[in-house]
Amino acid sequence: MKNKKWTKFVAVVLSCMMILMMVAGCGSKSGGGDSEGNTLYIGGIGPLTGAAALYGNAVKNGAQLAVDEINAANPDGVQLVWDMQDDEHDAEKSVNAYNKLVDNGMQVLIGAVTTAPCTAVASEANANRTFALTPSASGPAVTEGNDNVFQLCFSDPNQGIASAEYIATNYPDAKVGVIYNNADNYSSGIYDKFKSEYEASGKQLAAVEAFSDDANADFTAQLNSLKNAGVDLIFLPIYYTPASNIMTQANKMGYDVTYFGVDGMDGILDLEGFDTSLAEGVLLLTPFTPYSEDEAVQNFVKAYEEKFNETPIQFAADAYDCVYAIYDAFGKTGLGTDASMEDICEAMIGVFTGDFTASGLTAEEMKWEASGEVNKTPKVCIIEDGKYVEK
Amino acid sequence: MAERKENKAGAKRLRNIFFGNEYKKEATISYGILIVGYILLQLGANAGLIGRNLQGQFVPICVYISLAISLNLVVGISGELSLGHAGFMSVGAFTGIIVTRMMEASMPSGNVRLFFAVLAGAITAAIAGIIIGIPILGLRGDYLAIVTLAFGEIVRNIMNVLYFGLDGKKLKFAFNHTIDGVEGNQRIITGAIGATGVTKTATFTTAMLLTLFTLFVVLNLKNSKHGRCIMAVRDNRIAGESIGINVKKYKLIAFVVSAALAGMAGAMFGQNYSTLAPLKFNFNTSVLILVFVVLGGIGNIWGGILAATLLTILPEALRQFADYRMLTYAVVLIVVMICTYNPTIRARAGMVWEKISPRKRRKKKAEEAADHDETGKEEM
Repeated sequence: MKNKKWTKFVAVVLSCMMILMMVAGCGSKSGGGDSEGNTLYIGGIGPLTGAAALYGNAVKNGAQLAVDEINAANPDGVQLVWDMQDDEHDAEKSVNAYNKLVDNGMQVLIGAVTTAPCTAVASEANANRTFALTPSASGPAVTEGNDNVFQLCFSDPNQGIASAEYIATNYPDAKVGVIYNNADNYSSGIYDKFKSEYEASGKQLAAVEAFSDDANADFTAQLNSLKNAGVDLIFLPIYYTPASNIMTQANKMGYDVTYFGVDGMDGILDLEGFDTSLAEGVLLLTPFTPYSEDEAVQNFVKAYEEKFNETPIQFAADAYDCVYAIYDAFGKTGLGTDASMEDICEAMIGVFTGDFTASGLTAEEMKWEASGEVNKTPKVCIIEDGKYVEK
Repeated sequence: MAERKENKAGAKRLRNIFFGNEYKKEATISYGILIVGYILLQLGANAGLIGRNLQGQFVPICVYISLAISLNLVVGISGELSLGHAGFMSVGAFTGIIVTRMMEASMPSGNVRLFFAVLAGAITAAIAGIIIGIPILGLRGDYLAIVTLAFGEIVRNIMNVLYFGLDGKKLKFAFNHTIDGVEGNQRIITGAIGATGVTKTATFTTAMLLTLFTLFVVLNLKNSKHGRCIMAVRDNRIAGESIGINVKKYKLIAFVVSAALAGMAGAMFGQNYSTLAPLKFNFNTSVLILVFVVLGGIGNIWGGILAATLLTILPEALRQFADYRMLTYAVVLIVVMICTYNPTIRARAGMVWEKISPRKRRKKKAEEAADHDETGKEEM
């Protein structure tokens, strides 16, 4: 009797497993069904979980907003399908996610969101001929040698160059110091170009200090060294969390100095537990601010806040622009939505390297180089009364 | 009638060859899983039954199996807790990338380059294993775990500031700054960015060969005189010492062989992606490999093979759960941990196995028949 019960239990467990496997099988196949009808399947890759999840989710939401707008505006035209896969900010997982999207019938790729995973995906996409436009992977390795990969954001070197030019022209007499993260490719990438560009203008950096991810809480040693060197403008090519620590500690030391940040500084005003009055007067190079007076930006911010209950960051705006750029460029190729991923790739490369321009939240009249880098005017903002004001 | 008897004898002989003792059983099951798995997956891929997503994971799965097998040598067979396996993997991976980049111009065959990458990875990882092994293998238990953990972090931090580049044919390296005269494509490793522009040379077949090689080394070591010494020291250090076993030497053998195998797996891993950052080989990766070993049963080689395969595929198979993916993964892990170690569940599973296993059933029947013989004196 007991045995019989046990057999029953095993049978139930086994059948549950079988059903699960069938569901799994369905799941992987049903994705392809979306390509029926007049739809363009756009895949996305980014970190939806893990330490960098903030960026991936912003891209996911920003793109979703654009896709919904396009689909609603023209229900009889090309409909977009947006499918974002998680890569946990890991190159290996990112390639898996890319393969999954190809299995699902992806036609165009937006991503990957972060640089290291994007580099791995870019070479896969290059070999497999997928057109990729990354909203935010700014490292130079992303586009290097890949004719099919384009960036919507400034590349790291270009951010460094733009910052150096701005500081050299607008603060010619400042003694400039740098604190950067030498264990982070984003930070060291910007710093390298900043240094060479700044020195090319005939000036010298007064002091340079580095830190790594493991030691990003205490900056008194670095700040003292900058203070002793008489630095009155600090260039911070780093993310906002360590930057907030630097500002707090400099304030405690009574060190009054001007800060200049890049797009990683975006988000500092929303940081919990940080006295935002310390960020007053901070200059930063950013393509997008949610406080802009621009009507398109205002509408975007409003729609985003309504839908996702949070203020969009730059990554969301980048992704929003990506979708529109791809939609417009696809219209220019003259291809139907039944075209294969490979055909779309070649046609899109033709459009992007031609005289195609895209306008959006992050810039007007963006143009792309054949190398994949974007040409757009950098915006410098200053923080005044807890808001970004364009300078 | 006679033919049948002969068949039976043949089967018995065969069974003896493959399942004769514990060692043979383990070897047969382990090699069997790998070879059958390889053939099935290869056939499936050729027939177009397996999607890109799964095909893309063939090489990482082989790599993780190799790592699980090699870590089992330290954790299961030598009985020490090592938390720095990813460190050896990192050493092997970056060495392999440097070697292949140097050979790229002169050696067109990808497989040859891959072979040398794996070989170089094994050598450097073994050297790292000796350097770290000699001072620390006198330590026991938790202390060894702490030092190996530190080793993994040290390797990652060194790789974060190491720059390698080719200047003409010369290999140059520097700490914490870019190298003069080495630009763009000539850079091999650039600090925290790691290696970019790697030409992929790893294939499923070569990765499987590496896995089989790893299995061969570990199983043979386990079944050798050295292996028995290693296990004797694990089971009772004092007794082992008292009969003249050099404890440190045998622990070092296990540790260094394991490190070299991890270096080989790392080199294979590095050759499977166009980019590789030092961050990949952090503490989490070490723990992941340890989880394969623990989940498969410490010391159980084929259990580790299955665990590594399942846990690599699982997160990908769970993609349709979207937001709940990581949650589901964690729940599955916990359930499996509880189920495989719970004595009640194990006993029940054993009962089921007895029911469905043909051999055990036959044995039972025979026993019953014998009982019958004694009581009823009846012959069928």
